[in-house]
Amino acid sequence: MRWDFASVFANTDALLAGAAGTLRIFAICLVLGLGLGLVVGLGRYARTKWLYLPATAFVEFFRNTPVLVQILWFYFALPILMPFEISPLAAASLGISLNSAAFSAEIYRAGIQSIDGGQWDGARALGMRWGQAMRRIVLPQAIKRMMPALTNRAIEIFKMTTLASAVAYVELLQQGKLIASLNYNPIEAYTAVAVIFLVFLWPLVQFTYVLERRLKRDE
Amino acid sequence: MAYQWDFTPVLANTPLLAQGLLNTLKVTGTSLVFGLALGLALALLRLSPRRAFAWPAGLVIEVFRTTPPLVQLFWFFFALPLLVGIEMTAFMAAVVTFSIQSAAFFAEVFRGGIVSIERGQWDGARAIGMSHAQALHRIILPQAVKRMIPALMERAIELMKTTTLVATISYADLLFAANEIAQKTFRPLETFTVAALIYFVVIFAFSLLAQQLERRLAVSGESTVH
Amino acid sequence: MSLLRVTGLTKRFGTNEVLRGIDLEVRQGERIAILGASGSGKSSLLRCLNFMELPTAGVIELDGQPLGRERRSGERVYREGELTRVRQRIGMVFQQFNLFPHMTAVGNVMEGLRTVRRMPKEAARVRAEAELKRVGLGDKADAYPAHLSGGQKQRVAIARALAMDPELLLFDEPTSALDPELVGEVLGVIRDLADEGRTMLLVTHELGFAYHVATRVIFLADGTIHESGTPDEVLKNPQRERTRAFLASHKQYSL
Repeated sequence: MRWDFASVFANTDALLAGAAGTLRIFAICLVLGLGLGLVVGLGRYARTKWLYLPATAFVEFFRNTPVLVQILWFYFALPILMPFEISPLAAASLGISLNSAAFSAEIYRAGIQSIDGGQWDGARALGMRWGQAMRRIVLPQAIKRMMPALTNRAIEIFKMTTLASAVAYVELLQQGKLIASLNYNPIEAYTAVAVIFLVFLWPLVQFTYVLERRLKRDE
Repeated sequence: MAYQWDFTPVLANTPLLAQGLLNTLKVTGTSLVFGLALGLALALLRLSPRRAFAWPAGLVIEVFRTTPPLVQLFWFFFALPLLVGIEMTAFMAAVVTFSIQSAAFFAEVFRGGIVSIERGQWDGARAIGMSHAQALHRIILPQAVKRMIPALMERAIELMKTTTLVATISYADLLFAANEIAQKTFRPLETFTVAALIYFVVIFAFSLLAQQLERRLAVSGESTVH
Repeated sequence: MSLLRVTGLTKRFGTNEVLRGIDLEVRQGERIAILGASGSGKSSLLRCLNFMELPTAGVIELDGQPLGRERRSGERVYREGELTRVRQRIGMVFQQFNLFPHMTAVGNVMEGLRTVRRMPKEAARVRAEAELKRVGLGDKADAYPAHLSGGQKQRVAIARALAMDPELLLFDEPTSALDPELVGEVLGVIRDLADEGRTMLLVTHELGFAYHVATRVIFLADGTIHESGTPDEVLKNPQRERTRAFLASHKQYSL
């Protein structure tokens, strides 16, 4: 069997455009997902039911629905209700971000809850308000514990960017499909895409292992 | 002018949706069975002191955890048939992909569970003359499996969500059926909303079941591995 | 007749030499108490005898048969199959009991017979119940370890070891993890086994018990046999300074 990677290399431009697209949607979803996740996570941690119930509904819904379904809903269904167009990037970003927000909300909640109540007591005894105690004492400690899980989430988000190809957003897999259909070399094209993802993610995955080991040591 | 919701065209296609749901469950169920078996095998290989076994297993696990499932699916559906010269239906490609992909994650759960059993249990087993395999089979695994069930169920639910990817290779699962119906009826809003709700109800139900099971296991005094 | 003969046993963990050339002969019917401070190598010695740890150097002979094979480099290698068979002939009781929590008491005692000796379930159960009765736990056969006291757990562990008809019994600090009031019931069982004439090696801190039950006492220090002799010699009339210091530190708060 003759492997024909030459045609893949000839299409480096296409792959680079794909990589740029992947990184763009990754950045958007990472910020939105982890950012919104913090808000929802705090809502899940709250004791008032006006915060807790909506947050829980959000988390349960977006954790128990497949991301691809959400992306297609945002791309095909939402425009019916909205007076404007929803681009592939917008639809995919919305789907992936909301899903990631739901998962990271639970990471935040668990992390905050794991901080010993005594820390709150100490902060309040000094006269701190809830917001100050959270920002200055609890969150900084919680973030350290949450790093492995949050890094894992980031890796998942990176992998989920390929779902944007379902709505023809120009990212790595979409370009892989393009190259494969133009050159009739799906083997080389998709292997190349897989290798590119491995190259991007492998260091990040190894870094999570280092984080986990260090956390176990320090605890 | 407010949009007029109309679910009737969607509900008229209930048989298509039902068949789609059935196919979704078919792919998930089959991949789950193979994935669990393969995952256990990979975990045991990974734990082997012989590098010739541990290293390739580790490689498979890492590669399938680090590459996106959709890329894997495309590779198995479009690339593998050409490479090996066999015919692959969408169902076959899906099952192969999701079996190995879920196995990679199951393997880490199995490995964590086995490693979490204290060394004294291995001592007790070996001291009465058990071989490594006998100790694993009679003493270690029975205790480990109980601990791993919550994490395994979590992964199984993930699998159920991941299998929606088959719609992209035109396998007639629930999402694919929804897409077809949306195009036929020109009612994407109602169709995709119904599809999303069906997915939510089914997956949420399994999720609640898993939580119940976890609670019952916790009551019986078993610590759990995550 | 020598049941077990150890020559030049050395055990190293990385750079830490825990056993430095131990020579020991165990004859049938002997009961040897092994004393020593923590870190003296007592546990490692015992664990080498049934190959739960592999010796770094030295030869162990069971019934006159040397175990393992010597390579041209002088290094000694062992095959797992051979070691598994040795462990069927030597029984071990652990400080932490190591009972199998997912099996009942009788299940634990039967396990070796069923899985290793391939005895049919019914025959194994009959034998297991007899062993449990022998250690005074006939009525606890169907109890799970979680519902047993420490002393009861250790007696089940002893029954489990006895079910395999061992030629030699190794006790690794069998009462050290027990509440004081439970120690007696376990020592009572070991005493009964001694009266039956069983060959045993006993690592223990119970000096009084060692004095009454042992036929020979060995004091281990820095990985070698520092002093050895009859209980009267070593425990009542120690010749060497370190032995005396060790015994003195143990008697500090005795009544």
